[in-house]
Amino acid sequence: MHNSPIATADQEAHQNPALLHHFATEEQQKDAASLGMWVFLATEIMFFGGMFCAYLVYRYWYFGDFGAGSQSLNVVLGGTNTAVLICSSLTVALAVRAAQLGQQKVIIICLILTMLLGLVFLGIKGVEYHDKFVEHHVPGPGFHFPGHVPGHPDIPINQHHAQIFFSLYFIMTGLHALHMIIGVGLFAFITYNAMRRRYGPDYYTPVEVAGLYWHFVDIIWIYLFPLLYLIDRSK
Amino acid sequence: MSEHVSSLKLYIGIWITLLIGTLVTVLVAGVNLPGPLNAVVALTIATIKATLVVLFFMHVKYAHDKITKVVIVAALFWLAILLALSMADYTTRLWT
Repeated sequence: MHNSPIATADQEAHQNPALLHHFATEEQQKDAASLGMWVFLATEIMFFGGMFCAYLVYRYWYFGDFGAGSQSLNVVLGGTNTAVLICSSLTVALAVRAAQLGQQKVIIICLILTMLLGLVFLGIKGVEYHDKFVEHHVPGPGFHFPGHVPGHPDIPINQHHAQIFFSLYFIMTGLHALHMIIGVGLFAFITYNAMRRRYGPDYYTPVEVAGLYWHFVDIIWIYLFPLLYLIDRSK
Repeated sequence: MSEHVSSLKLYIGIWITLLIGTLVTVLVAGVNLPGPLNAVVALTIATIKATLVVLFFMHVKYAHDKITKVVIVAALFWLAILLALSMADYTTRLWT
């Protein structure tokens, strides 16, 4: 604020060039943007909540087949991806902090790291999907999932119920991955603006709001990982 | 939402806690706990991790506007209705 040439030239008018005319203060503008993102995230909770609910209902109905499906997933890759996402959440938080402190280079470095980690996540997810295609675990005419229900060597896996598990697996992780792709796109745009020195202590709302979105996508994965990969692991 | 600048130490601390939580949840998943305990433990750890992310990474702990918190609580309340009533239905259909 104090370094801005506009502030000295026109003290009574808007001190911050980013302040839009329909907001009274910078703080109000920032609160409105932040609240807007939170309301959007509330709709996202409903969006993913419906799928989580479907997963819980079908897991309750087809418990054994869901256990078998869950055990076929790769925990090492899933766990690595969880760690990758947590690291990317840290780099986003540090990018916002750097913007608050006006550390221009740090903002850009943190945002680029975030995008790289996001791409690593998507790459690992791609490897997992590839494995599932090779193993014929993708629902459809070629679906083939031999074996028995965990803990019951006499009960073969029901192919229809197993396909429901893998349908939910692909839909939930796929929509999560789509959110990641959108997030990487958002950060590419924000990195471009950060390179033009658009963000600093006076104005970092886009960094913060995109950060909220990214953290939310991280939280969805924090729940997807145990539900899909872990809770039926030892049955 | 907040002009509060968290310390680097806090962010690193939360990050390490989240990584430890992930490690613990993976290790516990390999142990066959009685009944639904595996799911309970895993989802409890997930909820602790999510709460840390919301409070510290998403700065809700330092939010000065209550409306943000209202939106979050409302969303979680509606989610609870969705999950609780749906499961109450499906888990009792075979009761006679």
